[in-house]
Amino acid sequence: MPNTIAADRPSDTLPPPLRPEPESAPLRATIENFNFYYADGFHAIRNVSMPILDRQVTALIGPSGCGKSTLLRALNRMHDLYPGNRYEGRITLLPEGTNLIGREMDPVMVRLRIGMVFQKPNPFPKSIYENVAAGLRVRGISDRRVIDEAVEIALRRAAIWDETKDRLHKSAYELSGGQQQRLCIARALAPNPEILLLDEPTSALDPIATAKIEELIDEIGKETTVVIVTHNMQQASRISARTAFMYLGELIEFGETSQIFTNPRHPRTEHYITGRYG
Amino acid sequence: MPSPIPTADDLIRNGYIRRRRAIGTMMALIMFACAALSVFVTTAIVVILVEESWMFFREVPILDFLTGTMWTPVFTDAQFGVLPLLVSTLQVAFLALLIAIPMGTVMAIYLSEYASTAVRETIKPALELLEAVPTVVYGYFALIVMTPFLQKFIPGLAGINLLVPSIILGIMILPYVVSVSEDAMRAVPNGLREGAYALGMSRWQVAFRVVLPGAMSGVTAAYILGMSRAVGETMVVAIAAGQNPNLTFDPREGAATITAYIVQMSLGDLPRGTLAYSTIFSTGLLLFVITLMFNIAGFYLRKRFREVY
Amino acid sequence: MAVMTEGNLSGAAATAAAVGAITRAKRIDIVVAACGVVIMVMAMGLLLTLIGDLAIRGLGRIDYQFLTSFPSRRPENAGILSAWVGSILVMLTTAVLAIPIGVLAGLYLEEYARKNWISNLIEINVANLAGVPSIIYGLLALGLFVYGLNLGKTILVAGMTLGLLILPIVIVSTREAIRSIPLIVKEAAYGLGADKWQVMWHYIIPAARPGILTGAIVGLSRAIGETAPIITIGALTFIAFLPPPPITDSFPFISFAWLHDQFTVLPIQMFNWVSRPQEGFHINAAATGVVLMVLTLALNGMAIYIRYRLRRSVRN
Repeated sequence: MPNTIAADRPSDTLPPPLRPEPESAPLRATIENFNFYYADGFHAIRNVSMPILDRQVTALIGPSGCGKSTLLRALNRMHDLYPGNRYEGRITLLPEGTNLIGREMDPVMVRLRIGMVFQKPNPFPKSIYENVAAGLRVRGISDRRVIDEAVEIALRRAAIWDETKDRLHKSAYELSGGQQQRLCIARALAPNPEILLLDEPTSALDPIATAKIEELIDEIGKETTVVIVTHNMQQASRISARTAFMYLGELIEFGETSQIFTNPRHPRTEHYITGRYG
Repeated sequence: MPSPIPTADDLIRNGYIRRRRAIGTMMALIMFACAALSVFVTTAIVVILVEESWMFFREVPILDFLTGTMWTPVFTDAQFGVLPLLVSTLQVAFLALLIAIPMGTVMAIYLSEYASTAVRETIKPALELLEAVPTVVYGYFALIVMTPFLQKFIPGLAGINLLVPSIILGIMILPYVVSVSEDAMRAVPNGLREGAYALGMSRWQVAFRVVLPGAMSGVTAAYILGMSRAVGETMVVAIAAGQNPNLTFDPREGAATITAYIVQMSLGDLPRGTLAYSTIFSTGLLLFVITLMFNIAGFYLRKRFREVY
Repeated sequence: MAVMTEGNLSGAAATAAAVGAITRAKRIDIVVAACGVVIMVMAMGLLLTLIGDLAIRGLGRIDYQFLTSFPSRRPENAGILSAWVGSILVMLTTAVLAIPIGVLAGLYLEEYARKNWISNLIEINVANLAGVPSIIYGLLALGLFVYGLNLGKTILVAGMTLGLLILPIVIVSTREAIRSIPLIVKEAAYGLGADKWQVMWHYIIPAARPGILTGAIVGLSRAIGETAPIITIGALTFIAFLPPPPITDSFPFISFAWLHDQFTVLPIQMFNWVSRPQEGFHINAAATGVVLMVLTLALNGMAIYIRYRLRRSVRN
């Protein structure tokens, strides 16, 4: 089904999006009536409300252009880098209850709490060690022993310690694509983020590297809150506890991953996961 | 054991965030000041030139200055007609363009429409070397090498003349004219070229009938900016065109340009505050106004050209 | 082209005419390309003649005596000691002033400035300053630094003047270098929680370094050959002494007294010798020209090499 026609008739003949049901599991953040407008006026996210579970993996899925990456990037205020973008609604970080998109909230403070891994591996043109240490240096840490230890822990958590421990001071560009992405995960993990965001982290990688990263996200999700954007549905079903399906900027359905994939309640979700479009 | 890595809240509590914000604000202010320096420099140029030539224009009416044909500021019977300087300045620039325009245009067409990437990437840095030669070296070359050589072929060519520095200036501004016009030509969309080729045009027809007209405002900007450079160039004319104010339209004779005159006066030791001394600022003001007009015209032509494509 | 020659309806005559038009077009193409090559050869020929002439006349004059003597009334005793020392000190001052200011201004315009009338005004000013004749900078320095601020005709003033002169070059090359940094590197840095200045200092400036360096070198190579603004500020042409050394034998071991000293530079010395009638001074001028050319060509070669390596590393 062509997206443009659907866009002209958002209500279609299909039922309206389903509101997420209240969660019993502990939450790390809540998104309430969130809207996002790009500088050119494009209304990219429409009235999204959903919870983010503490120490669980939440997956955002949907066809390209559905706003899943836009939503993820809003969570650490990446959109503030480009003038004219506008947020509405509330994203509350729990348990303190700070509003991440509040007017008085400094985007830098948000990013100090919430780490991000991007679609394409983007290590800095520096050594492996310095890449992982980068977030620590940003926080003003200069004690060599603290950094050494944190670098090792982060590389171990990203399951790349064994491959890099003998060449920590070599350029990060000598690593393969998959290793570079795991290095980027280590870099994001090193400062102990409260939430880790992953924006299609395996879309540029081959199947073997992808499998390693999935395994890794599974591990990380046991200790850290993770939100991952993916257009690979198998990936979402393998690693996430909750899945949010988005379509044309709206959250169509949110629920336990197994339920979304085996028993979707909204016909549009069903169309998507059965491969009718996307 | 608490983690040695501070949380965002720790960073607020221990003042790190406050410190970083202070540094950030301070650096932003410093950066703004550095950028604003350019505005200050332009303002300072205008203020200094106007202020220092104020005294001059109180004594010499602007109209007399601009239309007088005698320039003898240090004579007892001082005359302050700037035309001799202005005519030779414009004459040199015009002759230089006479060389730089055809050569530069053909060269730019060659680079943008004919040359392969490898050839282009070899030729452009080589051309840039022409721009890098110190102007005093060009002046030496014009006076000591080129003039005696050309005297063999051009009868009546004086040892100090306007022609040779004009030729040298033409070569000097060539790389600039080439690079600005080539940029303009390459900005012409490929769709236009493909359309023309589809009509069965050959390469030279596409180059001269499609690309060149399409890039004309950008190419004109190159000519105007080249002219501005030629007008403001100093050392070549100061060395090889002489320092004698001489109202002539014969490029075989020597004649001081505005810039050469300023150099000559700066070398002498006239006391500050005399009318003769203030002439370096009044002629400087004239030079600044002329180049500013060219620069603004070139700037807007280029800007308009960029907006078209 | 094949379509035309095979066109069976046009007839043999038309085909022949079309073929004729094509060969004529080919011929014109060859003429245009040849013109390009000829112009290139002429321009390079002029440059080589210039270099060759300087070398033939001047190379033999360059010896230990020439490099270690002060100017003199007799050409065979004269040398360029004060000139090359002066050139180095002035370049040092120029670089120290123009590079940081230019880089910070470029950063501001590229990363900080919002689109408003102030940034527009600054942009227009930078573009305009790049086209202001160098002698006007000399008049500015004379009125502002020498008389206005009473700094005298010193190395400091020359450095400041040339610094202002090359500022647009440094600004423009900094901006180009920043623009070519991939967005994903910048986003990665911001994503770690770095604030703007941290991103600039730790990521943007290091990544832009080769481009900035190229611009700075091109700027300095222009400054080292500049004569007119230095003449205008009234720098002496006969300097038979050296400025006080920057390193002293007593505490604090570093002295900036040289900044306030009078000076001469290589292009001034060359201009001075060209203007004399005696053949001997012309030889001295040629020798100075050789030194100047070696310096500028070396600097430009360096810039071209850095740019070449940069382009290759971008491609990889």
